[in-house]
Amino acid sequence: MTLRVIESRPPAPVAPRIDCAVATQWLVAFLRDELLERRGIRRAVVGLSGGVDSAVTAFLCAQALGSENVYAFRLPYESSHPTSLSDAQLVVDALKIPCRTIDITAAVDGYLLNEPDADARRRGNVMARMRMVVLFDQSAKLDALPVGTGNKTERLLGYFTWHADDTPPLNPLGDLFKSQVWELARYLDVPQRLVEKAPTADLQADQTDEGDLGISYARADAILSQLLLGYSDDELVARGFERDEVQLIRRRVDSTHWKRHLPTTALLSSTAINEFYLRPVDY
Amino acid sequence: MRGTPDRLRVALVQSKPAKGEYQRNLTETGKAFEQLAASPPDLVVLPEAALTGYFLEGAVYELALPAQSFARDLARVWRESCAQPAYIAAGFFENDGGTYYNSAVFLHVDQHGEPIVHLHRKMFLPTYGVFDEERFLSRGRKLGVFGTRFGTMALLICEDAFHAITPTIAAIKGARMVIIPSASPGRGIEREGELESIARWRDILRDAAMEHGIYIIYAGLTGFEGGKGMSGSSCIVDPRGRVLVQAPATEACIVRAELDLREIDLARASLPLLGDLEAALPDLLLDEELPLPRASGNAL
Repeated sequence: MTLRVIESRPPAPVAPRIDCAVATQWLVAFLRDELLERRGIRRAVVGLSGGVDSAVTAFLCAQALGSENVYAFRLPYESSHPTSLSDAQLVVDALKIPCRTIDITAAVDGYLLNEPDADARRRGNVMARMRMVVLFDQSAKLDALPVGTGNKTERLLGYFTWHADDTPPLNPLGDLFKSQVWELARYLDVPQRLVEKAPTADLQADQTDEGDLGISYARADAILSQLLLGYSDDELVARGFERDEVQLIRRRVDSTHWKRHLPTTALLSSTAINEFYLRPVDY
Repeated sequence: MRGTPDRLRVALVQSKPAKGEYQRNLTETGKAFEQLAASPPDLVVLPEAALTGYFLEGAVYELALPAQSFARDLARVWRESCAQPAYIAAGFFENDGGTYYNSAVFLHVDQHGEPIVHLHRKMFLPTYGVFDEERFLSRGRKLGVFGTRFGTMALLICEDAFHAITPTIAAIKGARMVIIPSASPGRGIEREGELESIARWRDILRDAAMEHGIYIIYAGLTGFEGGKGMSGSSCIVDPRGRVLVQAPATEACIVRAELDLREIDLARASLPLLGDLEAALPDLLLDEELPLPRASGNAL
């Protein structure tokens, strides 16, 4: 009799999964603990871009703090796509959260008028940083804390403006890949339009994330989730990924470690902060 | 075991300490003890780093205490809350004359006398990924067991229990109950129904309890520390590997249970793995291929 042979195979390359109920419970506990118990702050400020990340962040904050304590801000620039505003409004309507719209055009142009040669990248960075100026100032006004919306994929790929999108002191989505954020959005009943639309930074006309990155989020997440476990490019290719995509992802991760750190400080003493003098953020 | 009680009433205080605020957390612990006073347990167990929080980095040197000071503080708040004597186990950062440990004490608190019955210093200091213990702390060098009115017990702290050999040695030395104060940052969201780290802990505890026929008494810290959520899930596992009770992950709470200590002998009779191990142990440990120090020849 010939015995049946059962062979082990490496797992197929798929995007990382998520148990949305477990993740939601954990993130709501995180927001309550960090805001209410550790800091004694009961209000959150969230900048609503019209995209899925900020929508999920607002939904989680509403669960954690109550809708009346989540202050949404829509911060359009004159070139922002009109649907960004209307999509953000869908979130406001769904959650019944207070919302204010502050046009940043005058503030951004107040500086850029002196820099007529600024290219699209520089102009986008000024807009992103101006939005953080507004969110932090409104937080001070409202006795609230700005809550960040950046996800793990964009953090790993360096696809964000340093000291802008990454500045809020709390970030519930920062350890979730984009594909996990999408699943969470469906679970939380984020308006379907926001889940299905192509993600965009909306800093330039017709811009999309996946166009900028040169790879879909689903494929980027599948590669990233394995790359972080320590596999080499050859091993990732052997697992079924395209070599050019693996190299693209590796290049982006390896060239952006600095964006995931505080500024580099010259060490001169044996009491250098965060080098020798080590205290946790919540101490 | 004539004269040993059949039942052990246990309370696990799953605490959520304010980071670094020792006195405030001691006061909160006193309030938890007051909750127990109406029906006092025989044994109260608090988590690892129960009164300071776990991730302290260099602040550990500001908050570490001599074991006797910590023991006296806990004994005092117990006495102020409850007239009944009790055993108390709790984790803390220890300053032993300038050498620092992640420790746990086992106290016998009555109306007078020094309370320390046993002091365990964590032997396995996680220093990888999110953990950095050995950067700040020294490791303990001995796994001891100790006698109580309810039988022999042992203390392990968090990663100590991740190594199958530690409950094994505790059981071989006679422990019938192993107490594990712990602080475990929850992680892993791909599994259905619960965090992967919580499931992993439960598997480890169940395996150890069932293999050796011991009760496992596990107290987990809860609360978020700089984004890292301590996963609570305090639980008691019986000698057949059954989880008698388990706390949720993110809530400060008290878990109570009454352990039937006769179960230990019954479980060992049905699955005599500990007896089997004792018989085979010399062959295993005298194996010259094992990287163990030898005094001379094959002698350990």
